[in-house]
Amino acid sequence: MHCGMCLPDCPTYNETGRERNSPRGRIALMRGIADGELEASREFAGEMSYCLGCLACTSACPAGVDYAHLLESARAEVEDRGLLDTPWRRAVRAVTIHGLFLRPRLLRAAGRMLRLWQASGMQSASRRLGLVRLLPRPLREAEPLTPEIQARFSDERIEEITPARGGRRHRVLLLTGCVQDLVFSDVNQATAEVLAENGCEVVTPRTQDCCGSLHAHNGEIEAAKRLARRQLDAIDPESYDAIISNAGGCGSHLRHYDRLLAEEPQYRERAAAWSRRLRDIHEWLVEIGFRAPLDPAAAVRRVTYHESCHLCHGQGVSRQPRELLGALPGVELVESADATTCCGSAGIYNLTQPETATRLQQRKVGHLLDSGAEVIATANPGCHLQIGNGLREAGRQPRVVHPVVLLAEAYRRERERAPE
Amino acid sequence: MIEELRSLLGPEHVLTEPEDVVPYGFDGAAALKQRPAAVVFPADTGEVAGIVKLCRERRVPVVSRGSGTGLSGGSVPVAGGVVLCLQRMKRILAIDRRNLTMEVEAGVITQDIFAAADEAGLFYPPDPGSMKISTIGGNVAENSGGLRGLKYGVTRDYVMGMEVVLADGSTCWLGNKCVKDVAGYNLRDLFIGSEGTLGIVTRVLLKLLPKPAARQTLLATFEAMDTAAATVSAIIASPIIPCTLEFLDRRTIRCVEEFAKVGLPGDAEALLLVETDGHPAAVADEAARIEQLAREHGATTVARAADAEEAARLATARRSAFSALARIRPTTILEDVTVPRSELAGMIRFIEEVAARHQLEIATFGHFGDGNLHPTILTDERNAAEMHRVELALEEIFAQTMKLGGTITGEHGVGLAKKQALREQFDEASYRLLGMIKRTLDPDGLLNPGKIIEPVES
Ligand SMILES: Cc1cc2nc3c(=O)[nH]c(=O)nc-3n(C[C@H](O)[C@H](O)[C@H](O)COP(=O)(O)OP(=O)(O)OC[C@H]3O[C@@H](n4cnc5c(N)ncnc54)[C@H](O)[C@@H]3O)c2cc1C
Repeated sequence: MHCGMCLPDCPTYNETGRERNSPRGRIALMRGIADGELEASREFAGEMSYCLGCLACTSACPAGVDYAHLLESARAEVEDRGLLDTPWRRAVRAVTIHGLFLRPRLLRAAGRMLRLWQASGMQSASRRLGLVRLLPRPLREAEPLTPEIQARFSDERIEEITPARGGRRHRVLLLTGCVQDLVFSDVNQATAEVLAENGCEVVTPRTQDCCGSLHAHNGEIEAAKRLARRQLDAIDPESYDAIISNAGGCGSHLRHYDRLLAEEPQYRERAAAWSRRLRDIHEWLVEIGFRAPLDPAAAVRRVTYHESCHLCHGQGVSRQPRELLGALPGVELVESADATTCCGSAGIYNLTQPETATRLQQRKVGHLLDSGAEVIATANPGCHLQIGNGLREAGRQPRVVHPVVLLAEAYRRERERAPE
Repeated sequence: MIEELRSLLGPEHVLTEPEDVVPYGFDGAAALKQRPAAVVFPADTGEVAGIVKLCRERRVPVVSRGSGTGLSGGSVPVAGGVVLCLQRMKRILAIDRRNLTMEVEAGVITQDIFAAADEAGLFYPPDPGSMKISTIGGNVAENSGGLRGLKYGVTRDYVMGMEVVLADGSTCWLGNKCVKDVAGYNLRDLFIGSEGTLGIVTRVLLKLLPKPAARQTLLATFEAMDTAAATVSAIIASPIIPCTLEFLDRRTIRCVEEFAKVGLPGDAEALLLVETDGHPAAVADEAARIEQLAREHGATTVARAADAEEAARLATARRSAFSALARIRPTTILEDVTVPRSELAGMIRFIEEVAARHQLEIATFGHFGDGNLHPTILTDERNAAEMHRVELALEEIFAQTMKLGGTITGEHGVGLAKKQALREQFDEASYRLLGMIKRTLDPDGLLNPGKIIEPVES
C-alpha cells in the first residue's frame, strides 16, 4: 500500500515537501534496497536518521503498516554496514549507547558527577567564563541542553516495596528508566505514590537496566536484545499484575519485548508475558479506575497536554492522560494546536539533527504558549526537557510537569488537609 | 538539460539523485513503477512553461504530478523522463464572494480549498477520499468524485475556468466567472479528466456554493447486500437525492473499524452511510423518510450521528476504506466500475459470484448513490497463479459492466492500469477520436505519454 495518506501527518515531509522525507518515500527507499534496485548508500543512511521516528504516520495509516519496525530494521542495517561511521560518531556511541546505557551503575556514577558539577556552581561558572567555548563543536552545541540532575535518584526516594494504601488490590512493578531516574526521579516517586494511593503494592527494584529503547531506535538491535534479556532475567513478569512505565519513549519499546525476542526459545514466553502486562501509568490508572482527588478549594489552573509521540502514536495512549488531568481539582484542560505533533526531541534527534529539532521545538513552544496554559503536562523525559529548554529560550516559564506529578500533588494536598 | 533545468528553477528544485527520485516512481496504484531522470518543482506558471519548452526541445517526456495518490498509475513516470511536480504552487489566490468563486494554483491541497471556502462561509463540495493530501490539479486531471457526488456532482461541476500550459509551452486561459458561456468549443471540459496527457493545469477557477444550513448523517446496517441495494433504489425512487450514499461490505466494515474505531458493527453484512443536507426542515424530513425506507427494506439497525463531530468521524472513517483494506493481504487491486443505478444489486451479486468462482477475496465498497463500485481484490502480487486468476476475474467484471451499460472507471481514470479495458469499452470511431485529439494537442507525444492510450507513433 502506498496511498500517501500519511504524508500530511509527517513533520519532516511538512518541513521539506520531498517524498523521500516522508514515510511513503522512506519505505520506497527501503524497498528499493531490498529489491536490489538501490544501493544502501550514505544518502539512504542520512535519510533514515533524518526521520524523527515520531510514528505520527503509524496513527495516520489506515493500512496498519508497521513503520516502527521497518525503521528499526533499516537503521540496524545502516549500523551493520557502518554507513554513517566517523571517528567522532563512533566515540560518542561507544560512550553512550555501548557504555553508559548498558551499565546502570556507571550511568548513575556519571549522573552523580554531573550533579556535583552543577551543584558546586562549576557549570554556571564555566558557562559564565565562556570555558564551554573550548569544547569540540558537537559538545559545545549540546552543552546548554544538559539537563539538571536531581539531588536524589529513584532508589533514594522510593522504597523497594511501597505498600498499598487502604488495602492491596494489585501488585505492580515500577520501571524507573535511565534519564527519568537521573533527571526526573520526582516523577518516579510520584508514580509510586499514586499507585499506592490506588491500591497497588509497588515493587521498585534497586538497580535497573536500561530498557534498550535508545538502542533499538538507533539501529543497535543486538544490544537492545541483550538488555531485554537482562531485564527478563531480573524480573519475572508473572509475579505482577502490571509492569508500569511512565516514560512514553521507553514504554513503546518495552511493549514489544515479545517481538524483539520472538526468535529466542528460552525467552519467548517470558517476553510475551512481559508484553501482556506492560502498561503505561496513565493507561493502568484508568484501567483500575483511579480515584479522583478532592480539593474543593483548589485554585483554577489552565493545563494543556502535549502528547509524547511514543505514547500517543507508539502506544495509542492519548485519552487516558487527559482523563487523569481532567479529574484533577481546579484544572481547566485546554487543547493546544497540533498536540500530537513531535516537539523535536525524538530520542537523541535534537543532538543528531539540531536544525530540524530546533524548528519543531519553536513551533511546539509557540502552540503551547498560544493555548494560554499556565501548566504544560507531558509524559516523556525527552519532551519535558525539549519543551523546558524551548520555553527558557522564549523567556517564558509556564510549568512543565508529568501528569502523574500533578496527581500526586493533589493526593498530598488532600492528605495534608485531612490528616488520618 | 539538467543544468538548464537547474538554472531555470534553482538547483534545489531539481532532483536527480537515485534516493531523491525513486520515491516519485509510483502513485497510489499497486504494482506500477518507473524511475524518472529528474523531478522538478516549478514555482509558477512561467517556470512550468519553461520546463515544457526545454523538454520539447530535447524530446524528453513530461509527467505532471500532484501528490501521487492517483489510483490508475496516471502519475507514474516515463523511464528517463521528467516528473513535473506542482506541489510548490499552492497559493489560494482569491475568493470572490460576489461571484462565489475561488481561484487557486494547481498544487493546492483539496482539503485546504474546502477549509478556505468554509472559513468564508461558503462550500466547496467535491471531497475525494484522499482530500487531505490530493491536489486540485490532480482532481481536475482525473475529474475526481467524492462522497458528496450524488447530490453535488464531481470536480468538473465546479471548474469554471483554468490556466493550462500546452505542449508547445504556450499558456492559455479557458473559461471565466460567467455562469453561462457558449463561446467556441468547450475547451475547458476537454482538459478536465485528461490525466495530464493534453496540457498542464496551473491555475483553477472554482465555483463555490452557499453552505448548507443543516446536515444529518445516518448509518444503516443490513444482513444482506441485496437489502442494502434495494434500500438505495427505494431512496432514489422515492425520490430523494441525499448528499452522500456510501456503501461498505462486511470485509470493508471490519478493516475500517479496526483502523478508525468509530463503532461500526462488525457483524453486519452491509452498511449504508447516508447524509442529507440543506434547509433544516428539509433535512429533518428527508432523514425521517430515509430512516423509514431503510427499515421497510430490511435494515437491522438505523442510527443517527449525534453531532457534526460524529458525522465527520464517520465520513473520515469511510474515506480510509481503500487503504484500510490493505490490512488483509499485501496487494490490494482496486477497481472503479460504474453501472446505471438500477443495475447495482445485480452487479454486486455478479462480483460475489466471480470471487467465489476464482477463489479470490474481493471486498466491495463505493459511492452507491452514483452506481460507482470499488470492488477490491485482496491478493499477493508475488503469487503468480493467484494473479492470473485476478486477471480473469477482472476481465469478467469489465465484461459484465459493459453488458449492463456501465463504464470501467467512474472516477479514478484510465492511466496505465485500464488502457486495455478502455479499448474494449470504446467503439472504433470513438477510440480513434481519442488519438486524434491527443495528436492535435501534443503532436510529439511528450505529455504523459502512454497514459489512457498507447503512445503516439511519430
Ligand atoms: C485513499 C484514497 C482515496 C481516494 N478516494 C478517491 C475518491 O473518493 N474519488 C476519486 O475520484 N478519487 C479518489 N482517489 C484517487 C486520487 O486521490 C485522485 O485521483 C486525486 O485527484 C489525485 O490527485 P493527486 O494530486 O494525488 O494527483 P496525482 O496522482 O499526482 O496525478 C493524477 C493524474 O493527474 C495528472 N496531474 C496531476 N496534476 C496535474 C496538473 N496540474 N495538470 C495536469 N495533470 C495533472 C497526473 O499526470 C496523473 O495523470 C483516492 C486515492 C486514495 C489513495
